[in-house]
Amino acid sequence: MEYSRSELMPGVFLSHLRSDKFKTACMSVNLLTQLRRETAAMNALLPAVLRRGTTRYPDMEQLSGRLDELYGAAIEPVIRRVGEVHCFGFFASFPEPVFLPGGEALLGEMSALMAEMLLSPNTRGGLLLPRYVDSEKEKLLDLIRSAVNEKRSYAVQRCIEEMCCYEDFAVSRFGDVETAEAIHYKKLSRYYRELLRTCPVELFYCGRAKLSEVEETLRDAFSGLPRGEIDYDIGTEIRMNAIEAAPRYYEERMDVTQGKLVLGFRLGECMEEPDRAAIHVFNALYGSGATSKLFLNVREKLSLCYYASSAIVLRKGLMIVSSGISFENFEPAKTEILTQLDKVRNGEITDEELTWARRAVASDLRAALDSQGDLEGYWLSQAIDGLDYGPTELAELAENVTKEDVMKVARSIELDLVYFLRGEDGEETDEEEETEDDNTQA
Amino acid sequence: MTIHKHDYPGIGETLYTAVLDNGLEIRVVPKKDFSTFYAAFATNYGGACRRFTVDGRALDTPAGVAHYLEHKMFDLPNGDNALNILSANGADPNAFTSSGITCYYFQCTESFEENLRMLLHFVSTPYFTDETVQKEQGIIAQEIRMGEDNPGMRVYYNLLEMLYAHHPIRDRVAGTVESIAEITAQTLYDCHKVFYAPSNMVLCVEGDVDPEQVARIAEEVLPKEKAPVPHADFGPAEALAPEEHFRLEKMEVSAPQFLIGAKLLPGLRGGEAQRQRLIAALSLRMLCGSSSPFFTRLYAEGTLNMDFDYEVDASAGTLTMIVGGESKTPEKVLEEFNAEIARIVREGFDEAFFIRSRRASLGARLRALEDFDNVCVSLAMDCFDGYCTFDSYKILEEITAEDCRRFAETELAPERLALSVIAPKSGEAKA
Repeated sequence: MEYSRSELMPGVFLSHLRSDKFKTACMSVNLLTQLRRETAAMNALLPAVLRRGTTRYPDMEQLSGRLDELYGAAIEPVIRRVGEVHCFGFFASFPEPVFLPGGEALLGEMSALMAEMLLSPNTRGGLLLPRYVDSEKEKLLDLIRSAVNEKRSYAVQRCIEEMCCYEDFAVSRFGDVETAEAIHYKKLSRYYRELLRTCPVELFYCGRAKLSEVEETLRDAFSGLPRGEIDYDIGTEIRMNAIEAAPRYYEERMDVTQGKLVLGFRLGECMEEPDRAAIHVFNALYGSGATSKLFLNVREKLSLCYYASSAIVLRKGLMIVSSGISFENFEPAKTEILTQLDKVRNGEITDEELTWARRAVASDLRAALDSQGDLEGYWLSQAIDGLDYGPTELAELAENVTKEDVMKVARSIELDLVYFLRGEDGEETDEEEETEDDNTQA
Repeated sequence: MTIHKHDYPGIGETLYTAVLDNGLEIRVVPKKDFSTFYAAFATNYGGACRRFTVDGRALDTPAGVAHYLEHKMFDLPNGDNALNILSANGADPNAFTSSGITCYYFQCTESFEENLRMLLHFVSTPYFTDETVQKEQGIIAQEIRMGEDNPGMRVYYNLLEMLYAHHPIRDRVAGTVESIAEITAQTLYDCHKVFYAPSNMVLCVEGDVDPEQVARIAEEVLPKEKAPVPHADFGPAEALAPEEHFRLEKMEVSAPQFLIGAKLLPGLRGGEAQRQRLIAALSLRMLCGSSSPFFTRLYAEGTLNMDFDYEVDASAGTLTMIVGGESKTPEKVLEEFNAEIARIVREGFDEAFFIRSRRASLGARLRALEDFDNVCVSLAMDCFDGYCTFDSYKILEEITAEDCRRFAETELAPERLALSVIAPKSGEAKA
């Protein structure tokens, strides 16, 4: 696979990955802007509204019909946050010519259609159609509200919201109910025009077409993109320390049968010059996957949790440990999760554990080379960070991470907030009191 | 053992197949230029296979044995756990049990042969004690209870109970807290002996591998003798009409969830079964897929959202159509769906619409080939039904608009459909 990167127009960048091994080609367009509470819901709403209809294909039936004609090609809205950079746009995939009856190349038509969705939506008097905006707004609100249905991800989201309550990262990629409810089609139309002029744009292509052909095709397709003064002043603020001297505690009650304990950490000073390979290997060793300390000890050996795993939000410098527990196991589970972290800090790491963790990280990275979706996500993040090494190089670095590297990461990490989702009945958890209470009835 | 090579130039794949002397079917798809290796080892035995005959004895096992067995198979006689060994070796192993099959699989980027040996070894090595079986009961009971709290599971099983009068597919794959209490180490040994014989299994591999080497490893690791292929007894044939047409249950959900279902003609095998399923899937794409007039209209009205989907589910000798998602007015969706079916039965599908829908289906199936997991599991499931998923592309090209109209007419009459709904407890959506 050959990777190259070029600037097609002011502030419009293409990441091109040439590969012959896939049956479909994929392509994406992302607008980049700062993640903020006031605008997150509008950013999330835009691709869905734009996907409803264009000037040539004014409604969904005609647009979907056209995609069906193009052999079931797909162009779907995508909304992501990479740290505090909000990325939204479209992800397209379509068959490579060699697998089509007449050997038809779809690159030109797909680029044109994707650009049309972004640049030429179905409008009236220059404004987005109110019925499209209102109906997609209702769907976005349903989506934001439905977060509570999945308790595991809901608890993680709530932990991040509370932990980062003074930071933009508290805002979910879909925004929140209040700002979404306030969206009006006229305001959204103005905002949309402004974004087109000012946002840096990231294009991605992976497939059999050569760089020059893709560059030419995309430059042509996006020639109508208005370019004003590009706002490059976007990025992520990384907080190195916990907000307060002692970890904060936040509790929520709901009608649930299983408790969710989530611990939010700051990665700390190791984020000054992050050694990404070491952070990934640390995470694999401590808490992600079936060979980690959390899985083998907290879950398997001590049976304190139904699940317990750690995840890194690298670009924001966070680690989140998420677990499902019986309500009465709150204290022992929390203690054990922290004990396992202390063990990594103190170098209580076997050679085997280190080998397993390195292997797991390297294997995940190498497997990403076989998935266009993973590659797109990887290279988008690299583009935002201004980095250009591929998954293979990162895998090699991971294989050389030492025990000391891992300990260094673990020592830098600091607990910031403990979040507990528990049932509606039962005793209070006296988190503030440090005294052990032996006669609390569960 | 002879290895057969099948070329599928249209989709750029080559499939190698073999049947070992012990009866094991092997399907290998070599992939140059890919780092990933994937192996799926499956038995034609799932949650619905509860009654069967072994050595002239008729056995009737409790609900949940196949799933219980899946949990316990990872235990090795020396006290090790296969899941841990494979993970430590850099592989990503897992397993699932459906009504029809149990499948063990792993994905890795190195040490493939070693991992393959371990997969074949642990799945063919039963080791259970009453103590370890007992210990698992709490874990599985917890899993069953969590399923009871899951609206998606509830709406699904309610539908199956409404459609099927007695076929065991209507029971939960994991069983109930009561039924699993009856399971002993002996139950697990009996079921393993009957259903985990190589003659009742298939091994599917995708990756940069040599098919002969895969077959050699399987021959080395697995038992040599060929056991008779067992036959599960699913009871007398079901009528085509559902038992019940409507069921509503209330739960803590933010919006109503619903499924519309129909039993489709069961019992076909091989090419006939494959054609029937392709016609059903293409018909549903045109009736209610994301570019259908029905869906785009209801979406624009706000009656449906992007969660809406359809599927044709083949399992344990049954074939079921399932359509559904989220809607504030599920009864209206059913009404509109019936009206659309009636229109198609009357007028047939528009020819241009049919042509582009069939094209879209081909493209979507081509895209699905990028996914190792999807390819290996499909190859395994199809093998038990006597066909191969790679033939779909050719068969699809021969399907006509009239085939699809006829499908709607014979299989989707209003009296054949059932509606299952999970509604929020309080009339209003809970934020």
